[in-house]
Amino acid sequence: MTTMHSPALEAPARPRRRWPKPTLLIGLALLLVLIFAALFPRVLAPFSPTDFDYEALLKGPSAKHPFGTDNFGRDVLSRVIYGTRVDMQIAIFTTLFPFIFGTLLGALTGYLGRWSDAIVGRIADLVVVFPFLVLVIAIVAVLGPGLTNMYIAVSAVGWVSYWRLTRGEVMNQKKAEYAQAGKVLGYSPSRILLRHLLPNAVTPAIVYLMTDMSLGILLGASLGYLGLGAQPPTPEWGVMVADGKNFMATAWWISTFPGLALTLAGVTFSLIGDGLADALRPRA
Amino acid sequence: MTTPLLKVRDLNVRIPTPGGLLHAVRGVNFDLMPGEVLGLVGESGSGKSVTLRSLIRLHRPPIGMTGTVEYGGQNLLNASESKLRDVRGGQISMIFQEPMSALNPVLTVGEQIRENLLEHKGLRGKAAQDRATELLDLTGIPSPKARLSDYPHQFSGGMRQRAMIAIALASDPQLLLADEPTTALDVTIQDQILRLLLRLREELHMSVILVTHDLGVVAQTCDRVAVMYGGRLVETAGVNDLFHAPKHAYTLGLMRSLPGAGEHRQPLQPIPGGPPDLRSLPPGCPFAPRCEYVTDECRGTEPPLLEVAPERFSACVHYTELPALKSTLEEVNA
Repeated sequence: MTTMHSPALEAPARPRRRWPKPTLLIGLALLLVLIFAALFPRVLAPFSPTDFDYEALLKGPSAKHPFGTDNFGRDVLSRVIYGTRVDMQIAIFTTLFPFIFGTLLGALTGYLGRWSDAIVGRIADLVVVFPFLVLVIAIVAVLGPGLTNMYIAVSAVGWVSYWRLTRGEVMNQKKAEYAQAGKVLGYSPSRILLRHLLPNAVTPAIVYLMTDMSLGILLGASLGYLGLGAQPPTPEWGVMVADGKNFMATAWWISTFPGLALTLAGVTFSLIGDGLADALRPRA
Repeated sequence: MTTPLLKVRDLNVRIPTPGGLLHAVRGVNFDLMPGEVLGLVGESGSGKSVTLRSLIRLHRPPIGMTGTVEYGGQNLLNASESKLRDVRGGQISMIFQEPMSALNPVLTVGEQIRENLLEHKGLRGKAAQDRATELLDLTGIPSPKARLSDYPHQFSGGMRQRAMIAIALASDPQLLLADEPTTALDVTIQDQILRLLLRLREELHMSVILVTHDLGVVAQTCDRVAVMYGGRLVETAGVNDLFHAPKHAYTLGLMRSLPGAGEHRQPLQPIPGGPPDLRSLPPGCPFAPRCEYVTDECRGTEPPLLEVAPERFSACVHYTELPALKSTLEEVNA
């Protein structure tokens, strides 16, 4: 065996680092901008988002107000920037709760199977027979409008996708030999599930999480637009689009810029989702 | 005579399938002595892997297991789950055919060894790290300390099997179950792994049950051989006796279908037909439809496994008629 200690084997060659694709890099760069705007709106915004300026009502884009002003004379640029914080919060909370809940439940029922899987499966069927938005609106209508109730409604509906993804993957992974090996080594079922199966099964759910964030932002904006999500005068992009809709013919900038911000955020998360799907794809 | 480490009596495994009940293991009996290497050989579908897995009760309902597997004065087939978890990995470890899929791809090799050390030895921190290094070194992996932080995909096939063995040995088991541990490896690596197993058996005083379909592997490593056919043991013998003079027509057929090397080259004689369907076995000897020595006696009732010579058991009616083989261990090994 001494011959095996050759210098070539002493330092094993590391696989060369794979650089992420441009989609992921662009997405991450945009995300940095969004995060910065969400954390430090004061630095970027020239005005307060709620200060009225009766000298400048419905003014178009200018050097002082690059995105113009709305019907109360509030600076649209500042409101869009401050809106980032609210909409990022919406993106996170409308996906994080369903992600955690759905993934853990999926891991559990995928591993246990049998009656637990059957029961949760029927509940999931019950949830998905309704169109997503309709069910969310119905639940918010019952609980009352506002961001907190919106998070509750989205969590009650959104867990199903994560449950399905994780359940299927865990069912797959538990047949793998390393899961058998864990059993052979005398590990407890909870250890096998949480330490061995879940990390191998969570990738699809993470990729979906990024896609879902762009949907979450759109959902939050839709509900804000309908008056069921964030309430005025909160600078939320959907609310702002709704505020400006009556002035579309005369003051297009009030709705257009928050709309563009929404699009940008959606594109950001989609790019990251695509990039992650590619980067996390299991390699042989 | 020392007491056996493991006593298997009347082991039966029944697997329900859409096509009917599959009686995969039918009344298997054997003893395993401390320090002994027992080879379990047979064709695909003869029940050898199913037998191995039922020794530590890996089958779950609806698969049914009856009989006794006595280990340390306890029947593992009706032991409690927690007792069983102590035995599994702690006293009886297992290694698999496909070392890539048997290692968790998202944990480093070191993490996987330390996990077993924590679970069964209560070692953590520096002590676990040192022991893990020792184990990798023991299995002949160069610069073990550095390789601990590698992931399984950074290991070659043979190294993965070594890592798998290191994990299995972390708990100082009394018995190692090896399910075709070298089938997925190329021949030179296969040889290294088998030598490693033999060396570890000596150093750690453990017993090994080796499941394989490769008689060359058996000749090289085992003390005793149990030949399985149709879910039953049809012959058990010391490895030398078995290769010199098989006492079962099926074993003879296996030997003849083995390519020899050296000067005594002979045409291969394959066994005609395929393994029996365990859902609808013919009455009598399961090998009868493929056997060249078959007589009416074979077709009536299934011949039992009887002691035909000291320490030799056979379930063949015609064992006295079988020719001795000229092949020696050295030739099979060559």
